[in-house]
Amino acid sequence: MTDRPIDRRAEGGLAVDLADLTRVYGQVRALDGLTLHIEPGELVALLGPSGCGKTTALRILAGLDQATAGTVSVGGRDLTRVPASKRDMGMVFQAYSLFPHMTVIDNVGFGLKMRGSDSAARRKRAGDMLDLVGLTEHADRYAHQLSGGQQQRVALARALAVEPSVLLLDEPLSALDAKVRVQLRDEIRRVQLEVGTTTLFVTHDQEEALAVADRVGVMNAGRLEQLAPPAELYSAPATKFVGEFVGLSNRLPATVHDGVASVLGRDVPALDGSTTGPGFALVRPEAVSVVADPDGRATVTAVMFLGPLSRVTCRLDDGTDVVAQLASTDALRLVPGASVRLEVEPSPVLVVA
Amino acid sequence: MKQSTSFRVVRAILLLAFAAYFFVPLLAMFDFSTQVRGSAPGRTWANWTFMVEDEDLRSSIIASLLLALFTVVLMVALLVPTMVWVRLRVPRATRLIEFLCLLPLTIPALVIVVGISNVYSWVTYLLGDSALVLTFAYVVLVLPYSYRAIDASLSAIDAVTLSEAARSLGAGWSTVILRIIMPNITGGILGAAFIAVALVLGEYVFASLLHFDTLPVAMASLYKNNGPAAMAAALASMGLVALLLVGLTFLGRDRHKQGASS
Repeated sequence: MTDRPIDRRAEGGLAVDLADLTRVYGQVRALDGLTLHIEPGELVALLGPSGCGKTTALRILAGLDQATAGTVSVGGRDLTRVPASKRDMGMVFQAYSLFPHMTVIDNVGFGLKMRGSDSAARRKRAGDMLDLVGLTEHADRYAHQLSGGQQQRVALARALAVEPSVLLLDEPLSALDAKVRVQLRDEIRRVQLEVGTTTLFVTHDQEEALAVADRVGVMNAGRLEQLAPPAELYSAPATKFVGEFVGLSNRLPATVHDGVASVLGRDVPALDGSTTGPGFALVRPEAVSVVADPDGRATVTAVMFLGPLSRVTCRLDDGTDVVAQLASTDALRLVPGASVRLEVEPSPVLVVA
Repeated sequence: MKQSTSFRVVRAILLLAFAAYFFVPLLAMFDFSTQVRGSAPGRTWANWTFMVEDEDLRSSIIASLLLALFTVVLMVALLVPTMVWVRLRVPRATRLIEFLCLLPLTIPALVIVVGISNVYSWVTYLLGDSALVLTFAYVVLVLPYSYRAIDASLSAIDAVTLSEAARSLGAGWSTVILRIIMPNITGGILGAAFIAVALVLGEYVFASLLHFDTLPVAMASLYKNNGPAAMAAALASMGLVALLLVGLTFLGRDRHKQGASS
């Protein structure tokens, strides 16, 4: 452990490095050699199913859990053996974590109090933070007098009040209802961009991750499958798991030769990592178009109206179900039982065995 | 919904019956403690003033009150950090701690006394023969009840998340326990403390068999030669415990208004 001062960058954030992190609980490997670099001021979301190790990674970064092997560095400083209370991080938890016996402003000022800040400065900073999350008028209330969304906003203000080197968000929206979740999600991103703190956001909700993150890391069985900007992650999944986990994908029979995949009679580029020879192409519903054709080899089996878009399910004559996402104006012209022709757009696809 | 007259009458009768069941003995005690000796007419407070005038009785009252205080302090100092620590850091030890704390409940007081009498000869040898050395035995005696009260309070809060939130904000373990967890389980700690006080003020077997003069032992002795004064002392100790319990109720209510979960 070193005591040299943290080199805070102009953006307000520091680089985070998790190197070859492993965490073993008995017979279970919760983390299996996770390596992750987060740029200063960047917001990275870790996404994955329950038990994939994303929360374990965040807790190790926070100092609330110890890695079996590997190192944690922030701003070039090795924090692997530094206790949570000395890591200079702010964290928002999944469960409501405001201190019930303190008012909102005391909650927000708690971290500053721990750092020896005097009462006036503490109150001023806490007031600024409450202003940032739009809760100034609730300063003297207790946690039980706030809604879930308000409590999480106060928790965010509390985490940011100490000007943390890293902001950690452990599924902060999962206990909220859908509408509040979207509002708070946007607010978290707005605030994060405003203060420029390096942020690690853990979630199992892919829409949340894709909406707020600069880059999204998809985890599976303790490993990072892919780390990429949301659009790249969605359009060019690196592995079968990512292709199937992120968004909806059709598994369509395909054959790959010389980097070209033949899917539904059309040649499209095969992504790196695709298998060679026969396999299954992972094709997004929006990459499939449906054309009414009495001689088509597919039949419409269902049309699901989702507002401006609709989802059309068709069955190929070999029994494969294909889901297409179309504008509702086009989709509602199709009726179950109609013969159609399916085409895939010429964007690259991942072909898996 | 309007209640029928017969229902209200039955309710009033039941209330009166229960009130009589509890208060008639107390009134009889009060009556007995204020009677003039020899069935002479009139009332006297002599048996009540006897409590402060009689050196032996007064010292036994002070000893019991100090015992209650020390028992509470030692119990809180031992039990609260242990229970919080186990809950936060070694949850798999919860069953063991619960078993150990509830164990005194299953062993008759007489057996415990016989068991610890040899230990106490060493305790008195090392610490003197003051009744206050009973504190150690009384802490064990109150463990089952105190454990339950504090455990219920700890279960009502998310101690793990609160402590992690505090630590992530820079709080050390002592701050977590003293300034985050304890203020949120004050109701449980107060409950445990008052139960401990009630038990210590009424405990006779340990003190009598280990030959210490506490209030219950002094009252038993006094009862043999001055019944009315013993009644006054018994009534006063019951009144004190009742006051403590009423105080607990009001403290709990005030804290609830403040918003602290307990």
